[in-house]
Amino acid sequence: MSVLVYIENVEGKFKKSAFEVLSFGAAIASHMKLPLVALSIGDVDESELNKAGKYGASKILNVSDDKLKSVNVQPYTSVVSQAAKAEAAKVIVMSASFSGKAIAPRVAIKLNAGLGENVIDLPEMSSGFVVKKGAYSGKAYAFVEILSDVKVISMMPNSYKVVENETAVTVVPFTASLDANDLRLVVKETIRSSDKVSLPDAEIVVSAGRGMKGPENWGMIEELAQILGAATACSKPVSDAGWRPHSEHVSQTGIAISPNLYLAIGISGAIQHLAGVSSSKVIVVLNKDPEAPFFKAADYGIVGDAFEVLPKLIEAAKAFKASQN
Amino acid sequence: MKILVCISHVPDTTARIEFSADKKEFVSSGVTYILNPYDEIALSKAVDLAAASGGNVTIIHVGEAAAEATMRKALAIGANDAVRVNAAARDSNFVAHQIADYVKKNPVDMILCGRESSDHNGSSVPAMISALLDIPCILFAKSLVIEGANAILENEIQGGKEIISTPMPFVAGASEGMAEWKIPNMRGIMSARTKPLQVIEPIEVAQLSKVKEYDKPIPRSAVKLIPVEEAGKLFEMLRSEKKVI
Repeated sequence: MSVLVYIENVEGKFKKSAFEVLSFGAAIASHMKLPLVALSIGDVDESELNKAGKYGASKILNVSDDKLKSVNVQPYTSVVSQAAKAEAAKVIVMSASFSGKAIAPRVAIKLNAGLGENVIDLPEMSSGFVVKKGAYSGKAYAFVEILSDVKVISMMPNSYKVVENETAVTVVPFTASLDANDLRLVVKETIRSSDKVSLPDAEIVVSAGRGMKGPENWGMIEELAQILGAATACSKPVSDAGWRPHSEHVSQTGIAISPNLYLAIGISGAIQHLAGVSSSKVIVVLNKDPEAPFFKAADYGIVGDAFEVLPKLIEAAKAFKASQN
Repeated sequence: MKILVCISHVPDTTARIEFSADKKEFVSSGVTYILNPYDEIALSKAVDLAAASGGNVTIIHVGEAAAEATMRKALAIGANDAVRVNAAARDSNFVAHQIADYVKKNPVDMILCGRESSDHNGSSVPAMISALLDIPCILFAKSLVIEGANAILENEIQGGKEIISTPMPFVAGASEGMAEWKIPNMRGIMSARTKPLQVIEPIEVAQLSKVKEYDKPIPRSAVKLIPVEEAGKLFEMLRSEKKVI
């Protein structure tokens, strides 16, 4: 028996979310007194694979198959399900990334397992197995008991700390059998903007709204984000107006995020916007309207004109970063 | 072309969320319900595709009779007929089994869903339906066009997007950008009243999870206001007081 974690790579490299998933899986495995097995799919070299040992995995199943070079939900589901069976996994954990959200429910169906999706904390395991997840678009939490013997969990990025736990690790090749049905869908092209921090994984997000007056003024937002190593985001009116792409729109109907720090500039804070960002750990709001509802949901507020305050913040961020080095 | 659109009936985006004293039940009295916003995108796309190909759009909902007003709205937007599986939507596994069972008996060319519902936010139902039917699933689809026997979709991935080609049938989760929201017109609203709405009984499904209780986030303490002239101290404060930077 084991706890199995599927760790995702992006172009051959593991991102922080992979180490979060390993750390989370290691905590469950330690509680259940089971070994932690990691599963990697795709083209990942040995030294990168060995990193999984740093976070508590004693074995890494490595699936390297030309047909599986890019993430493809159907065959990846088959691989994860077959690995779970081969390792007699009691709990299967993966990141609630875009692809993890598509793979975890399918694995749950294949294994006839209960699913805890978008989990934000370690499960309560003292009696039963209860996971905590967001509900009602950030306005509530649900505590869900998983009743089946085998359990599948997807965990939200940024919701569990990375814990080092050096373990002797062996890399074992794993071959899964795929049928033609698994490969009906074809990924024709993958387009990544690799120079930018990915929004759902970002620890810091700099976000701006209509208060910026027009797309030509986003240079300051991008500069501040770049200094802080942050991702950029925007409010719904801004993406609706075409000032920024939909992929940057955070809200109830856009992307929901939970960074450590959310900096909102010129966003009034409509309830739908708050639903997408309220699980941020710290919220800073800059708005010239002291009555903006966002101030009620913020930890820090600056009442002022973005065009006056942003240059100060950019200078301060530069000085702060310089003092850290 | 036959298209099935899965519909959720969810609290209005501005609704106050309250739970019973034992925290086990969502209090629905006084709450306005709406068609899940993402499902509305899926429905709008389905109506466009059907109009272009002379197809048919069926909506399906797993839930109690209270949702029929929401289903009529979906019919007013342009769906041809509706099916309600008469059971409380216990969890995503239960809902997915009901819909997959319907599709096995009534095959379609594609199943469109919203990428997530605004009540449980799981994004699980579309992927589960596809697993039960063993067909492809594109969960975060930003665009969808038909090219001969295949569909071409743009799917959101970590740090970018991918272009996918899939044969039919398939399941897609609609994201913003896939279609413009449609506003029902008077003719649509009038005709919706008489469009067929069939009620079917659920199949048995083993229960694999259950909500033990709900809770609400602890409200943040009062905002700390920083005067504009001291804005430059923000990052030092975030480091010393919150350790988030």
